[in-house]
Amino acid sequence: MIDTIVPTPLDVAETVDSTPAGEPKMTARDVRVSYGDKEALKGVDIDIHNDKVTAFIGPSGCGKSTFLRCLNRMNDTIPAARVTGTIELDGENINSPRMDVVHLRARVGMVFQKPNPFPKSIYENVAYGPRIHGLAQGKAELDEIVEKSLRRAGLWDEAKDRLEDSGTALSGGQQQRLCIARAIAVDPEVILMDEPCSALDPIATAKIEELIHALRGRYAIAIVTHNMQQAARVSQCTAFFHLGEMVEYGKTSEIFTNPREQRTQDYITGRYG
Amino acid sequence: MSSGAHSNSRGMESTSLGRPTRWTDGSMERLVAKRYAAERRFKFFGLAAVTLSVSFLTFLLITMVWKGAGGFTRTDIQLNIDFPRSDLMLDPAALTGPESAEAIGAAGLDTVIEQAAVAQFGAGGGELFGGASTRMLGERLIEDPELLQRRVALWLPASSKADVAAKGDGDPILENMLAKIEHRRRFNPTFLTSSDATDSSVVGIWGALKGTFLTILVTMALAFPIGVLSALYLEEFAPRNRWTDLIEVSINNLAAVPSIIFGLLGLAVFLNFMDLPRSAPLVGGLTLALMTMPVIVIAGRNAIKSVPPSIRDAALGVGASKMQVVFHHVLPLALPGILTGTIIGMARALGETAPLLMIGMRAFIATPPGSIAEPATVLPVQIFLWSDEVDRGFVEKTSAAIIVLLIFMLLMNGLAIYLRNRFEQRW
Repeated sequence: MIDTIVPTPLDVAETVDSTPAGEPKMTARDVRVSYGDKEALKGVDIDIHNDKVTAFIGPSGCGKSTFLRCLNRMNDTIPAARVTGTIELDGENINSPRMDVVHLRARVGMVFQKPNPFPKSIYENVAYGPRIHGLAQGKAELDEIVEKSLRRAGLWDEAKDRLEDSGTALSGGQQQRLCIARAIAVDPEVILMDEPCSALDPIATAKIEELIHALRGRYAIAIVTHNMQQAARVSQCTAFFHLGEMVEYGKTSEIFTNPREQRTQDYITGRYG
Repeated sequence: MSSGAHSNSRGMESTSLGRPTRWTDGSMERLVAKRYAAERRFKFFGLAAVTLSVSFLTFLLITMVWKGAGGFTRTDIQLNIDFPRSDLMLDPAALTGPESAEAIGAAGLDTVIEQAAVAQFGAGGGELFGGASTRMLGERLIEDPELLQRRVALWLPASSKADVAAKGDGDPILENMLAKIEHRRRFNPTFLTSSDATDSSVVGIWGALKGTFLTILVTMALAFPIGVLSALYLEEFAPRNRWTDLIEVSINNLAAVPSIIFGLLGLAVFLNFMDLPRSAPLVGGLTLALMTMPVIVIAGRNAIKSVPPSIRDAALGVGASKMQVVFHHVLPLALPGILTGTIIGMARALGETAPLLMIGMRAFIATPPGSIAEPATVLPVQIFLWSDEVDRGFVEKTSAAIIVLLIFMLLMNGLAIYLRNRFEQRW
């Protein structure tokens, strides 16, 4: 079932990686978020590495999605949200006035919980990002970007004959892969995924997970998930959130087999959640 | 766990009632039957309400068409005119030049017609023909000056009195006279091509229709862009604070202000202060734009609000700027709703009379406006003016004008539905 997606060989030489070897791609230090009086995140320290998938797990309302949305400043759209602390992308503070938010979101792409393709054709969905950022000179180059992105998202074979069909006409799993293709079409450095499989059936979920494996190494990936098995399957690092605190952060293998904290132990063994 | 909660609540229920619920002893069936009866009653009342409103509408339409259809026709009577023997002093050569209209006007054709009518139909014959016949005879003579050399029998439109009598609603003496005379009913193109007049046999709605068209154009050109941009700004860009709340309340209030007050405002601001031309479609359009804009803003904001936030997130997530999100994604998706609201607002403006009376559009205007700065009137005001006339001939003209107005509105609403379906996208 899973082998239906053939990962495209990644041409790593294409991108110039600006991160020094061994340094994390993104670092978050003492990140706090409050909505009005309510504090949703109480000081989070996390590193996101280039060649790793970092999973954020925890019960509902623990702040893991809030934290993810800090990483590309999507919380800016919520007027009541206030973010403090420092988040750096390659050593640059993303909340500083010198960081352009449009530029940041192009470098840090996002895939949302519910598949949200634009009500336009499949081609237009993928081409939109490159077009507004001026990444392609001419139609041929744009076609190439669209094809490459759809191939990387494992959607090319299913979509190549119907590029002019509406993106909303695809199945749920295909829509989510289209959203991933749309995110990688602007060639980001980091991809944030906010529970990308929670609206999908197991087969579509397996395809997305396979895709995350294939994309690892090319993009730094951070994924929020409810599903602990999924975190164990796809990630190398895991952070456990509980009630707005980051309880534990470490290698996935250690978190799942030998957690330091009692609360982590209780959560992963199903005591609460 | 859920089954535990379930049995627990069941247990509590049976203890509080003191007995288990019995589903089969007949009391439940009675309860269900009552529920069905309530449903049937509701359906019946709903159907009755719909039937009532449809029958009112049908009654209105049928009476309108019944009365108004006659307004599109005229009565023609055949009249024998012996030009060589008449008193007419008209040089056929003058009819071909550029001054032909003046020559005809000065020739006294009305006297010729009256004399011929008296000669043919007796003493009351002069009553049978009016302004419309003079006008038509003039046109025929310019077309064919040869007629002046002969004795001819021409079909000429009857006077408004005779027309009313021929349609069975006028003076008994004229009705008797007409019963003996050969006459026919014809479609009256003058009604669609001419403007207001004192003689109901020569009036038309073209002037009012053109005035309406120009007024609506001005309204549309102002209210649509300003309204849509205001809605976009308020919904997507403006911060939520006391000022924007105040603006929102003011706009909602403006939408409910009686239209006559907008007319007074237009009179004070556009005519008295800005000195714009009186009775002009420009001023009418400005006044109606003030009235329509709040409606467009409210409809636009609702349409924009109903665009799912996930689309905004998606666009922001690939690095679109706020402006790109709004103009590439939100506006196209909100457009069907905005258009529907706009056209409903426009249709309301189209039927508006009171504010236009205030700015002088109730004047008697006998020539269609050439531009938005020239005096004009609009259809609803024309209907209002004609309904006030003493001449019986205006009764059916009023109904006919109402039919034209209704057709205009039907076309606009049809356009609204077409545009909505055309731009509707699913997500």
